[in-house]
Amino acid sequence: MAKVLMKGNEAVCEAAIRAGCRYFFGYPITPQNEVPEYMSEKLPKVGGVFLQAESEVAAINMVYGAAGAGGRVMTSSSSPGMALKQEGISYIAGAELPCVIVNMMRGGPGLGSIQPGQADYFQATRGGGNGDYRHIVYAPASIQEMVDILMESFDIADIYRIPVLVLGDGMIGQMMEAVEFKEAIPKELPEKDWITTGTKEKRKPNVINSLYLEPELLYEHNLKLEAKHRLIEENEVRYEATGVEDAEVVCVAYGTTARVVKNAMEELEKEGIKVGLIRPITLWPFPNEAFDKINPKAKGLLTVEMSMGQMIDDVKIASNGRWTTDFHGKSGGLVPSPAGVIDAVKKIIGGGK
Amino acid sequence: MIEKVIVAGFGGQGVMAIGKLLAYAGMLEDKQVSWLPSYGPEMRGGTANCDVIVSDKLIGSPVLTDDATAVIVMNLPSMDKFESHLAKEGKLIVNKSLIHKKATRDDIGVYYIDANEIAAEIGNPKAANMVMLGAFLELTSIVKPESVLEAFTKVFGEDKAKFIPLNAKALEKGAEAVKN
Repeated sequence: MAKVLMKGNEAVCEAAIRAGCRYFFGYPITPQNEVPEYMSEKLPKVGGVFLQAESEVAAINMVYGAAGAGGRVMTSSSSPGMALKQEGISYIAGAELPCVIVNMMRGGPGLGSIQPGQADYFQATRGGGNGDYRHIVYAPASIQEMVDILMESFDIADIYRIPVLVLGDGMIGQMMEAVEFKEAIPKELPEKDWITTGTKEKRKPNVINSLYLEPELLYEHNLKLEAKHRLIEENEVRYEATGVEDAEVVCVAYGTTARVVKNAMEELEKEGIKVGLIRPITLWPFPNEAFDKINPKAKGLLTVEMSMGQMIDDVKIASNGRWTTDFHGKSGGLVPSPAGVIDAVKKIIGGGK
Repeated sequence: MIEKVIVAGFGGQGVMAIGKLLAYAGMLEDKQVSWLPSYGPEMRGGTANCDVIVSDKLIGSPVLTDDATAVIVMNLPSMDKFESHLAKEGKLIVNKSLIHKKATRDDIGVYYIDANEIAAEIGNPKAANMVMLGAFLELTSIVKPESVLEAFTKVFGEDKAKFIPLNAKALEKGAEAVKN
């Protein structure tokens, strides 16, 4: 198929519809308003349902319901709206339901700003909801990557019966790039024999719930979820590692910020400074294994984020004391500049003197 | 070849539109492209700008800070804000019809275009943005004007095809304005 020029917010919807998503529940918030706009126009045309909920809380619980009935369902929001969805996400994870959630992050905390941000890393990877739950988090860096990941996300969600969060930001939502919608490679999916679509008096009723009054039963459920999480950690880690084996400094950045870092790397290369990049594509599971490839003699790691420093915690865990870990970032809706990254890298190199 | 362009003006001058046309034209020529709009609580008559990159190579950051190779400014506040975003030897293309001020830097190339007057002469003052785009294309050759015209209906819809001759003329006149 020929390429088309699309906004990230629209491309994400087109990808979802092509992946078979037929249900969308959401509540408007900048900078992702083109998502519900696109879905409201397109979903009814393919026999799907678009519904603007009365709130984010309602929207995520509609997702719970549609997923429980076996539908391919998606919701989207931006940072403060995502905060409201956290309870529902915990319930969906607890009830082991598949769904896809998109967060086009903006500056925070609170209502924050409407400009791009990455300050929901903790919310996305630690979960704002209660309990021992995890969900997969993808952080695409281009619209093409976002489209490819989103199309696969529905299958991944079905395979593991888990929510999948696609974490973008205002920039990737608002910008336009050329995209190609590739034919999805069909995955073998488990039969949804757990959905609540009526027994027709032929089977025992299915129950979808996250309440276990017997602690022993809940513990059993926790162990089952944990085993699933380990399986995901084994199978679903994704990352890009560039030039880390002989780098003096290795930058760690995800999403659009990784692109800023790439500009800085190009400039530093011209000055003869070797900088590597680890770009986690899954934020959970975090690509710890990528760090084993780093030059043991590297002078340090530099985490770059559009936040005051959140992913750096995971970088420290992955680094496990092998390298010093510095941070460079901007927050509030501002984007770090290549020049800022260059200065930070040079500081690390000069720091040994 | 790479062009990193900031297009800026007030809402309604069509700055987002020519940015999109440029990006789409680049895509039609199999180049890498990005288009990043400024967005915020803005309204008609407020400021608007977008960053467009057209390149032979994969595009890194879509944000232009001080590394723009060209800046197209449609009104004075835009020139005040974005002249500093140009890299050395970058091109500043100024809508002289609305900006009665000279550029302050001497390490850049500056081109003054009577965009509104030229657009009025060819029959539609709204085509001032296309006059500016025509000048930019002539100066950089990053994409062919034909590609921009091919992109026209893709960006604005088939029912706008009737405006292609006017816009072709505007591109042409803009190019003429910077030809020595």
